[in-house]
This record gives sequence, C-alpha cells and structure tokens, in this order.
Amino acid sequence: MKELVVISGKGGTGKTSLAASFSVLAERPVIADCDVDAADLHLVLATHIRERHDFTSGHQAIIRQADCRGCGTCLKLCRFEAVQKTTREDDVTTYAIDPVACEGCGVCVRFCPQRAIDFPESLCGEWMVSDTRCGPMVHARLGIAAENSGKLVSIVRREARRIAELENRSSIIVDGPPGIGCPVIASLTGATLVLVVTEPTVSGEHDLERVLALARHFEMPAAVCVNKWDLNPDMTRRIEAMARRAGAKIAGRIRFDRAVTAAQLQERAVVETEAPCVADIQQVWKNINL
Amino acid sequence: MILAIASGKGGTGKTTVAVNLARAFAQKLQLLDCDVEEPNSHLFLPAEISGEEAVSILVPEVDESLCDGCGECGHFCAYHAIISTGAKPLVFAEMCHGCGGCMLVCPKKAIREIPRRIGIIEKRKSGEIVLLTGRLDVGQAMAPPLIREVRRRLLPGMPAILDAPPGTSCPVIVSIRGADFILLVTEPTPFGLHDLKIAVDMVRELGIPFGVLVNRAGSGDDRVHGFCREAHVPIMAEVPDDRRIAEAYSRGQLIVEALPEYFELFAGLAEKLLKNSGVDRG
Ligand code: SF4
Ligand code: SF4
Repeated sequence: MKELVVISGKGGTGKTSLAASFSVLAERPVIADCDVDAADLHLVLATHIRERHDFTSGHQAIIRQADCRGCGTCLKLCRFEAVQKTTREDDVTTYAIDPVACEGCGVCVRFCPQRAIDFPESLCGEWMVSDTRCGPMVHARLGIAAENSGKLVSIVRREARRIAELENRSSIIVDGPPGIGCPVIASLTGATLVLVVTEPTVSGEHDLERVLALARHFEMPAAVCVNKWDLNPDMTRRIEAMARRAGAKIAGRIRFDRAVTAAQLQERAVVETEAPCVADIQQVWKNINL
Repeated sequence: MILAIASGKGGTGKTTVAVNLARAFAQKLQLLDCDVEEPNSHLFLPAEISGEEAVSILVPEVDESLCDGCGECGHFCAYHAIISTGAKPLVFAEMCHGCGGCMLVCPKKAIREIPRRIGIIEKRKSGEIVLLTGRLDVGQAMAPPLIREVRRRLLPGMPAILDAPPGTSCPVIVSIRGADFILLVTEPTPFGLHDLKIAVDMVRELGIPFGVLVNRAGSGDDRVHGFCREAHVPIMAEVPDDRRIAEAYSRGQLIVEALPEYFELFAGLAEKLLKNSGVDRG
C-alpha cells in the first residue's frame, strides 16, 4: 500500500486543494485529512458521514470548591500556569483551574492534601469516516484548545490504513497539518512519500528548509512542488535548487490560477474543472508516480 | 496593550498583517513571533540578531544506584514519557511535558531533572520594533513550553503584537491567552469561512474582545461578510486581493513600504485597534 502525505510547512500554500485533486486523480484511494485543526478537505469532496467516534485523550483537573482549604499547593506545583488564585472581597482565597491551560499532568491531583481535585477524562474532539465521490475519507475535528493533536492524527492514519486493507485499496492520500511539530511528525512517519507544497516566497523558502530537515531527520523520501511559481520565478528557481541540495525530488511547478478559489466556491477539486493549472497538477501527479 | 494576530487556518496572511501593522504603529513596540514551528516575521524586518538564548525544559534523569524499580514514576506519567518495567526506567524525553511529577512521586528520590534544549529565542531591533522570535528545534514535538518562554519575555508597559501559530489548539491558546484584543485574519473563501467559525468559537471561549480582518478581499464570495454580520463580529479592515501584494510578500517586502498607498490602511487599523482596546496611545 502506498501512502502519500501532502504537507506545506507554512499553511495556506494550496496543500488542501492539491490533496483534493490527487484524491480525484488517484485510482480507488482512501483519503485521510490529518489537518485536524483546520480540516477543510470535506468542503470540496462533499462528504456523507457514515461513522462518528469520540476522541478522548488525557484528563482535566477540576477543584471541588467545597473541599478546597486554600493551601495553594496546586498553584506551587503546576508548571503550566493553569491554577488561578483569586482573593474574594471577604479576604478568602480561592483556587481554580483554567481548563484551557491545564495539560492534564495530574501533579496537583496527586499532591493536593485535601484530595479536593477531580481528574475526569477529557473529550478532545471526534473523528469520522465518510463517503466521498473519490472514495472513503477519514477525518477529524480537534476540540478547541485541545492537546494531543498528534494522537488524533495517528488515529486518522490508522483508520485510513485499516479501511484500505479491508477494501483492498492501494493508495492513501493524506492531507497533513502545517508546521513541524507533534502533529506533523505523527502524520509523516512511515509514509511512502512526503510531498511538500510551497510558494515562491521568502517565507515559503524558510519554512521549506525546516520541513525538509524534518523529513531528513525521520529519513523520509521527500518531493517538492512550487505552487503559484510564476509569482516569483527567481525565487522558484532558488527554492528548487535548495530542495535538490536537501535531497528532495522536484515534483513540478503549478502556475498562479484564480480558478483554484473558483473551484473551491463550487465545492469541486480544481482538476474537475477546465482551469489552466490543471495540466500542471496532472504533471505533478505523474511525476510523483505513487 | 497586547494585540494578538491569529487565524483558524494557516496562510491567510497573519504574519503579513502582524509585520505591516507593527511598522504602521510608528512607535516603540514589541513584536513576538509565537509561531515557533515556522517563524517568519523576521524575514520582513531584516535586522541583525542582537541576542540569542537557548530554551530548555526540565526532563527527568534516573539515578540507577538509588532506583529500586518500584514503577511509581511510570505509573504516574500521563504522557508515557517514563516507563518502568521493574528495572531502571526508560525516559522518552521528546514526549515529556516537563511537569516534574515523576520526580515528586519517586519514593527513593532517585529522579532529578536535567535541562533539555527545545529551541531558541532570537532578539532583533528593526527601527522602533523589538522583535522576539521563538524557533523550535527541528525534530522537537513540543511547541507550548517555548511559546510560554517567548511570552514571558514580554515587557510590561510597551505595546505588543503577538503573531500566533495557525489553528485553535493548545499552542495557539498558549500564545494568545491574556491578550487585550485578538485580530482574526481570514479569506473570503469556503476554507477561510469554515476555519474562521472555529476560531471565533475559540476566542469567544477565552472571552477576549476580537475582530476580523478580511485578507484578499474580492477573491472569493461574500459568505464571510454574511457570517460576520449575523454573528455580530466586527470587520476591522479589508486588504484587497492585489497581485502586487503577493509579489511584494514573495520578495520579503513590507506592503506599507513597497506599496505606500496601503500605509493608510494599516495606520488606520492601528488607530482603530488602539481605540478598541481602550488604551491610549504611547
Ligand atoms: S493537572 Fe497538571 S497541568 Fe493541570 S492544573 Fe494540575 S498540575 Fe496543572
Ligand atoms: S516530568 Fe512529567 S511528563 Fe516528564 S516524564 Fe516525568 S511525569 Fe512524565
């Protein structure tokens, strides 16, 4: 089974639009939207949800006010600035935990002398399996302020693989998250190929360098594609030279084309339209040769 | 005044807005690049690095001679970063959040903490702007502790702009918590709208006043405007879809400098934001 992960380092380079196009071009793929923070692929692939599952991860500390004696141990021990101290008008000091800042380490829970802190499991989002016109898609939605997006990404990939095996599908198209941290690491390790979509900008160049270093760090084969290359042809050449030096293959160039946004407005992948850039995308797909 | 620039999805122009706004303020100001996975602000404000500081988190180290393999540490760790199987525990440092719990629970006092580098903070001065850039080391998974360190270096009394990472998860919250006003940057496209809605839910939950900047206005449709109207979200400014902006950006130029006709737009936005956050200028 082949697994292509499309990432971008910096967001907004057209990664999702390209992943949607690859989903159309691939033969019987399974699609995995691992950009769990900004999952947008379903907006163009018009999905019908067939399964929903809760994503619980970790725990969340909550102080039972009635049992708190105000000793301040939790405040002293928490390293995540999650414990908030307030002194009321009658001079009584109270402590509370900011759910948004709590990382669920459990230190306060364990060392509260009054055992006044509860530690329930926290619901961090959900993941879904849907049907699209290109094949089944696994996608997710991370709750606001939630942690552990890496774990959710791993679940999405695992499910996509399971479905591919079950339905005898030969490729998985992964729309990866931005950045180089935890969720990205979780989305690329063990895949067949990482395709980095970048733009010919100083930011694109800077971020690409870091993403390629990450791919090398995990010994992943990488290819690079410059989107909107004609915005700055000099920069495109510079980026491609840098990518080659970093050991990546060049997958091709895609021209600046407003039809990409137009296709998005019609809920279509751009390769399903007559846009000028379609030829470029088909060429990139051919070059990747998954 | 602390102003955070955020967006539900990446690539909407967050950094563009942050750096141009910083310049248009035309006064002493701090700019904190909290997008530590892919920091970009410095590319638009060229200046020599005037200071550099490594940032570490504390991770456990086990003294074998004291450890009797009781397993308390591994039992405690919420992140499976220390695992004890009867013998000396194994530490998986890249998964450690640095909570200090294993050290506290160890009955033999066999665990101490040692620093482990996760990234650096760079300091630059460009005109009136003091720029602090957090940069996560490649291969490190944990952005929030580095972002917290960047935030800790904020000087009180001087206005600040925070360039947050994209999205709505933990690293974003760590970046924008405690800001006086949040500017959400979006695009008038279906992706932009979808991610804007999630971002609006996020800032509402934080209870921080906010507004929207529509970037590349005219490139899509009017659904973002419709949503803002219905949800009573103020649109603070609109930056038109202009290929010259994209080209200036590609070369690492500030829009307010490469295309001076846009200076007023950003200066006006700066005025408006100051008024909105209820803080007097200077
Ligand atoms: S569980 Fe950990 S992070 Fe949460 S409040 Fe307690 S000490 Fe802080
Ligand atoms: S410091 Fe906390 S996160 Fe790190 S290994 Fe110990 S218990 Fe786990």
